[in-house]
Amino acid sequence: MSTERTVRFSLNGRAVKAHVASHESLVQVLRDRFDLFGSRESCGQGLCGCCTVIVDGKPVSGCLYLASFLDGTSVQTIEGLAPADDRLDPVQEAFIEAGAFQCGFCTPGFILMTKHLLAENRAPSDDDIRHYLTGNLCRCSAYPEIVAAVKLAATKQRGG
Amino acid sequence: MASQTLTTPAMPAGQVGRSIPRLEAAAKVTGRAEYVHNMSLPGMLHGKIFRSVIPHGKIKHLDLDAARAVEGVFLVAAIDDIRKVIAHPYYGPAFHDQPILADGKVRYAGEPVAVVLADEAHIAEEAAGLISAEYEELPGVYDEVEAHGAQVFVHDELKPAATFPDLAHLLGRRDTNVALDFQLRRGDADAAFAAAEHVFEHHFRTQPTMHTPLEPFVSIADASGGSLTLHTASQNPSFVRIEIARLLGWPENRVRVKVPYLGGGFGGKLYIKLEALVTALSLIARRPVKISLTMQEQFFMVMRHAATIRIKSGVDKSGRITARSCEVWWNGGAYADIGPRVTQKAGFTAAGPYDIDNVELNSYAVYTNRTPAGALRGFGAPQTCWAYETHTDMIAAKLGIDQLAFRRMNLLHDGRPQATGTILRDAAIDKVLDRVAERMNWGTPLERGTGRIRRGRGIAIGFKGITAPTTSVAMINLYADGSCGLYIGTVDMGQGSDTCMAQIAAEVLNLDAESIKVIHPDTDVTPYDMGTLGSRSTFHMGTAVRLAALDANQKIAALAEELGVPPNSNLPFSELLRRKYRMQAGNIIGIGSFIPGYDKPDQETGQSANVTPFWGVGGSGAEVEIDIETGEFKVTKLVNVADVGAAINPKLLAAQLSGAAIMQLGFTTSENMLYRDGQLTNGSFADYKIPCLLDMPAVFINEFVESRQHDGPFGAKGAGESTTIAVSPAIGNAIADAIGVRLMDLPLTAEAIHGAILAAGIGGDDEH
Ligand code: FES
Ligand code: FES
Repeated sequence: MSTERTVRFSLNGRAVKAHVASHESLVQVLRDRFDLFGSRESCGQGLCGCCTVIVDGKPVSGCLYLASFLDGTSVQTIEGLAPADDRLDPVQEAFIEAGAFQCGFCTPGFILMTKHLLAENRAPSDDDIRHYLTGNLCRCSAYPEIVAAVKLAATKQRGG
Repeated sequence: MASQTLTTPAMPAGQVGRSIPRLEAAAKVTGRAEYVHNMSLPGMLHGKIFRSVIPHGKIKHLDLDAARAVEGVFLVAAIDDIRKVIAHPYYGPAFHDQPILADGKVRYAGEPVAVVLADEAHIAEEAAGLISAEYEELPGVYDEVEAHGAQVFVHDELKPAATFPDLAHLLGRRDTNVALDFQLRRGDADAAFAAAEHVFEHHFRTQPTMHTPLEPFVSIADASGGSLTLHTASQNPSFVRIEIARLLGWPENRVRVKVPYLGGGFGGKLYIKLEALVTALSLIARRPVKISLTMQEQFFMVMRHAATIRIKSGVDKSGRITARSCEVWWNGGAYADIGPRVTQKAGFTAAGPYDIDNVELNSYAVYTNRTPAGALRGFGAPQTCWAYETHTDMIAAKLGIDQLAFRRMNLLHDGRPQATGTILRDAAIDKVLDRVAERMNWGTPLERGTGRIRRGRGIAIGFKGITAPTTSVAMINLYADGSCGLYIGTVDMGQGSDTCMAQIAAEVLNLDAESIKVIHPDTDVTPYDMGTLGSRSTFHMGTAVRLAALDANQKIAALAEELGVPPNSNLPFSELLRRKYRMQAGNIIGIGSFIPGYDKPDQETGQSANVTPFWGVGGSGAEVEIDIETGEFKVTKLVNVADVGAAINPKLLAAQLSGAAIMQLGFTTSENMLYRDGQLTNGSFADYKIPCLLDMPAVFINEFVESRQHDGPFGAKGAGESTTIAVSPAIGNAIADAIGVRLMDLPLTAEAIHGAILAAGIGGDDEH
């Protein structure tokens, strides 16, 4: 049966704590305790990337990551990416400019993965991009625009 | 209502034709866009469904006690409980055949039988796992052709909805699985076959597939104080209101349906899905109720029809097709959903975009013990196109005529009657085919290879009619500060309708599209719209929006006149309102409504003078590379060309065409709901593979041709489905070109190719 514990972690740069049950996933806790809806459960099996969250600098599937393990971690979600309400991250700008989404349900996951890709590789090739992001699914199939957006974001980040 | 003649004004250089980003772009990249998925209401209960594990049987006993005993469970409900709030708990757009929960009988594995409500979803899920049912199993029917003549019946009696007068003759029909038989007769096919120089006949099959929107089906009902509010991921809020009001016996004004953005729809989130269930549960529980399906559960909700298609053509000496007969069996699953409409609409065009004088066509919607089938991006057109474009290619090969030349020789042109007798107009079939050929460099020979890797190329072209007659109403509200709200029932599920509709309104009102606020569907606020489906919104709602904006302009002019302002003064409407009301107050409201003309096809012959508001046209070309030892293959180039009329937002349009083509690439090469003894065996992303970034063809081109729909808003027509139509046969034809072996069934997998290679031997004569 479910046991509960208190976890303390950093969420988008702010120290927070939450009381979580052992069955609860990271994506549920973000949604139910913090009203953060950008990472969202879709496949629930670690296969689509819609629930992507950055934990301690690494992308994880929020649908599979148990909230009990959050203690002492640093968590970043899509909501924490834009530097200000009226300013977007260059990756977000690039996704808009390239038209890299339709329904937008997969978009936060792609953007966070792109952020991570560009931190590792400042100038990824098309092939690098396709392989790196292949674990993220987009049923609207905005794939060509996503590849273009990642390249545009790389250019923006190198330029600024 | 008669068809309106709409004069389309000359297009000023302005809002229409601009490639602006989606209005909601910032909300989507920051994760803040609103979906029902995100929503919760105070006091809301979560529902989990207990589903049938057998495909067909009588429910002997249902044990709900263990579930009821779970701490935190609020309610466990089966059909008898539902009946307390909805006396006749059967729904559906064409037939009232689907019970809100299984009613004494289950008709497919995965059918909802009972529901648990709890404060927390995980408790409801745990409790649902404790429910048990005993069944008396009945023999099932799964194959659409077998089911057509079977002695096992999915339903005892057909129950057509009164809303479809053309189904009235089916009322009370017994001992059949055929929910609708559409037939079309043109010319004298028998005589033409007898006179033909060559006759070809082939059989094709397409597989069941699922929409898998990444936001799974989700609905919330909040019933209180004698009224009901539904927040639902639905493509047709107006239909939901009407159908829920019918079920409850309430006037429409007590049912409110609100729809924010959808995380994809693709035809899945149409008609009633979870709405009737959450409505009943909320009425019983007197609390808000939310049901969110998992990705796995989506496969039990609705799917694309599998189809079996027999097609036969007579060809004269010169290579002209003189006769064609088609028989199409649609696997409708356990409940009709919109299957009868798919059966009819896809029937109109099942003989292909060719000028054939003698056509004979039968299209059957067949009940089986599978997940119900409905609309999925093309209303059956991709299935029929798979058959007629593979067939066309096989005939050309057999006659030794180039595939492109054979198509051109037989192509249907504007001004000629289509199989239904409707004269083709504004269908750029020839231009689309030309452009595909050009982009494929069809005139340049292809190096096919002789070793282990073989290459081939293929083309295909198809078209579709649009569901008719349907209505859209739009409202424009000009506020006293000079800003503007656009009130429409069109659901933005990713296609970009908010943006396009704002552009159309802005064009007429001379405003910036970005400054217009699009008010999302809320049946208490936004006027009626038939639904966001079948490529209809740009044409229908786009026209209504244009008319609403013109109406607003007329009211501005009338107000100016009333105030004695000279006609050319160009005073902004905000200033006019200020002068009238002496402060920042008042509104100017423009209304537009649109229903295109339609002539109901004759029951016997399917003939009609006006069968569709416009034609959707799509052509594709593919190059493939095949490893003949393993059957492994790659689509190395995919070209898709559509006729979309004039483009309102070219960039959004190109993305929509590309997205539809990739989706169909999945339906062509990997996606397949596999059934064994009526049980779905691969209903999750672990086993059901949708396209990912690595599946993108190296060369991938999506274009639209220059064209104009004479009565479309600024010359536009719909585009959401056009590039799904011809992708599959283009790839199948490329495979045949590469290895000389024909695959007749979708999907085209490495296993299927390998098997076909083994059976035929490489280089064997394929075209039988
Ligand atoms: S929802 Fe977590 S990977 Fe799909
Ligand atoms: S934009 Fe709809 S799933 Fe990616």
